[in-house]
Amino acid sequence: MKHSFFKSLFAVTTLSLTLAGFQSCKPKGGQSAAAGDAAAKTYVAPGKYDEFYNIVSGGFSGQMSVYGLPSGRLFRVIPVFSVDPEKGWGYSEETKPMLNTSHGFVPWDDLHHIALSQTKGEHDGRWAFGNANNTPRIARIDMKTFRTAEILEIPNSAGNHSSPFITENSEYVVAGTRFSVPMGDNLDVPINTYKQNFKGTVSFISVDKDNGGMKVAFQIETPGVNYDLARAGKGKSHGWFFFSCYNSERANTLLEVNASQKDKDFILCVNWKKAEEYVKAGKGTKKAVKYAHNVWNEETQSATSTIENEVVVLNAKDNPDIVYYMPCPKSPHGCDTDPTGEYIVGSGKLAAVIPVFSFTKIQQAIANKTFDGDYEGIPVLKYDAVLHGEVQKPGLGPLHTEFDANGNAYTSFFVSSEIVKWNVKDLKVLDRVPTYYSIGHLCVPGGPTVKPHGKYVIAYNKITKDRYLPTGPELTQSAQLYDITGEKMKLLLDFPTIGEPHYAEAIPASLVMPNSKKIYKLEENKHPQAALGEGKARVERKGNEVHVYMTAIRSHFNPDNIEGVKLGDVVYFHVTNLEQDWDVPHGFAIKGADNAELLIMPGETSTLKWKPERAGVYPMYCTDFCSALHQEMQGYIRISPAGSSVPLSFSTGTNMPAAEPAAAPAQK
Amino acid sequence: MKRNIISALAVLAAVFLFASCSEGVKKEPKPVDIQELTKDKPETHGTEIKDADVTLSTPLDQAMVTTGKATYELKCQSCHKLTEEKLVGPGWKNVTKNRKPAWILNMITNVDMMLEKDPEAQKLLELCLVRMPNQNIGVDEARKVLEFMRSNDGEK
Repeated sequence: MKHSFFKSLFAVTTLSLTLAGFQSCKPKGGQSAAAGDAAAKTYVAPGKYDEFYNIVSGGFSGQMSVYGLPSGRLFRVIPVFSVDPEKGWGYSEETKPMLNTSHGFVPWDDLHHIALSQTKGEHDGRWAFGNANNTPRIARIDMKTFRTAEILEIPNSAGNHSSPFITENSEYVVAGTRFSVPMGDNLDVPINTYKQNFKGTVSFISVDKDNGGMKVAFQIETPGVNYDLARAGKGKSHGWFFFSCYNSERANTLLEVNASQKDKDFILCVNWKKAEEYVKAGKGTKKAVKYAHNVWNEETQSATSTIENEVVVLNAKDNPDIVYYMPCPKSPHGCDTDPTGEYIVGSGKLAAVIPVFSFTKIQQAIANKTFDGDYEGIPVLKYDAVLHGEVQKPGLGPLHTEFDANGNAYTSFFVSSEIVKWNVKDLKVLDRVPTYYSIGHLCVPGGPTVKPHGKYVIAYNKITKDRYLPTGPELTQSAQLYDITGEKMKLLLDFPTIGEPHYAEAIPASLVMPNSKKIYKLEENKHPQAALGEGKARVERKGNEVHVYMTAIRSHFNPDNIEGVKLGDVVYFHVTNLEQDWDVPHGFAIKGADNAELLIMPGETSTLKWKPERAGVYPMYCTDFCSALHQEMQGYIRISPAGSSVPLSFSTGTNMPAAEPAAAPAQK
Repeated sequence: MKRNIISALAVLAAVFLFASCSEGVKKEPKPVDIQELTKDKPETHGTEIKDADVTLSTPLDQAMVTTGKATYELKCQSCHKLTEEKLVGPGWKNVTKNRKPAWILNMITNVDMMLEKDPEAQKLLELCLVRMPNQNIGVDEARKVLEFMRSNDGEK
């Protein structure tokens, strides 16, 4: 009895001490921290529009998602690197090539970061880029159609994490290797020869300023460190790119311990304008590689995949004055340039300070050769010479920093689970607010541009725990919206997200919505198998291939009765949606097909491949509710045994002539 | 009864509290009016066409008939036969004899307006039960379709 009394006393004391301790390092408010007027500030009345689009990475879903701010409402999940049976992405014949790689068709990836296209350092609302972290690729999404328009594989790379970050006129998106890997002719080397054989690369992918087309312009080969994140310079630092990296120890096992030995790792400063000149002057080496380049053609409404065989590589060691390593404490993660382009904020995951570097000082240090030796032949800048200053005691585990238009920075802290606002110039901490829980990335609308739109900061959290109704062991992922218009940051809203949200950008709706495409014009449909008009609907046999050129309109298919298909045949349904009205897609599905549905936008043609395995009559129907008679939008295809003599035939509504009473069944 | 009064008072108090809270909120100036900018436009292609806006001439303009026929095959044929027979929508035979030219053009280009206010269009919707879709046909293109309809009705 006595024992248990002391035990409980001890427990209570411990608990209150813990709570007191917990509260002392966190701002007041805790669970009910939402501001009193939060509901009014996030309420978007029925029929009204949000002010911002929030383009959010879908993490291990492989997709990109589109939310409205401030409401947090989900509008669309754009299929990018993972198949999406709902939209036929990766299932229709037209979309399959988009997921082709040098390893063949890859149905999944892990999309971490978003980069919205910029002109003169500001959002232009044209494209969104996303990276594939597993099988290294970059995707470009067309903001007119919210569709993936291009996917480019990155050669000599593994773990494309440090990507796709963009320069201020969208000259380049980049791709830094999170995993260094063996390069060259012999890739089959012992893992413990890491230090000799493994190399890192940072790739510069040029973006065509008219059509957005991507191309691996050049790669810079570097020592085998792990590139983590990156940001382009802007304004005065335009022409430079900054890549954070860890594992300067170059460990190949138990990195948790072995890559955390050194007091400082690096931020790689790349003078890409100079690298461009060197490439032009022929200083690069052409290396034989294999990578896929997949392009969506909006006219033919289909993708092509081309395997490229060559890439230009500049070796950092042999080309001085294009790269410098800048020391940064404790495994730097985030590496963010402020709107003026003068300050580069490094965030060591294990650090207790935030170092802020000065671009002007970097230039001086380079000019004066204020180096601290070299790392594998690459000059290392002297830390004190390039440092603008350190933010002291900001919190624990700084990860990422975004900016507002008033000279303030917002840094996420994973370990202490908070957002800290500080002044970029005087490095003073101004405010802090807790996140629920364990924030990773954060986003201020326009935060990475020269003119942030400000107004909100959004936290993308790693843990949700008790914030939502539980759904078994796996809980929803989540984001949190904070008002930053006042001196104090105020929590306004929690909203669930898909996959795991990593980086996101937010852009004013006014820059995107006016360009949003409503239909594909039938007159512009150049799909080779389109049936442009019901008179063109038909079925053709080519050997054992049966091609159905089908039309869909509210609410019937043409043809909707097909016979004469035999086992052993492969059937291709080329379905053209003849609608020319916004928001009237038709779907197409067929019983037993080992495939997904088609979801065909107005004016578009899509193809479903089907190999019937059993004789019989198979129903097919429209899956997307289209009219009062949607349920009637259905048909049949008859599959006969191999060698059957049923002739190929097709029809829709073979109506008897209107004035023919004989068609009515005789009455008895 | 007493309980009711208390709860009514509580509600009142809550309303006051809420009101006093929201009064303190400063209104943000709105730089861009998204609602105005992005307002959905009704699906019309030009304004309502009046009888006086359409002139018919004989003989038919054969070039217009040909273009009109191509549009018919691409965008109309799925639902309209060239006979009197109803498919999804009514057959087109004699449509130019039963309807005024402006009515036909409005039906093609401003179908939402017609279904909202034209009694004849509304009757057709009751009959067919499928709203005639907006097929993104502009007035000029619609005029050519009308020429094709006249040709289909035997005009020369």
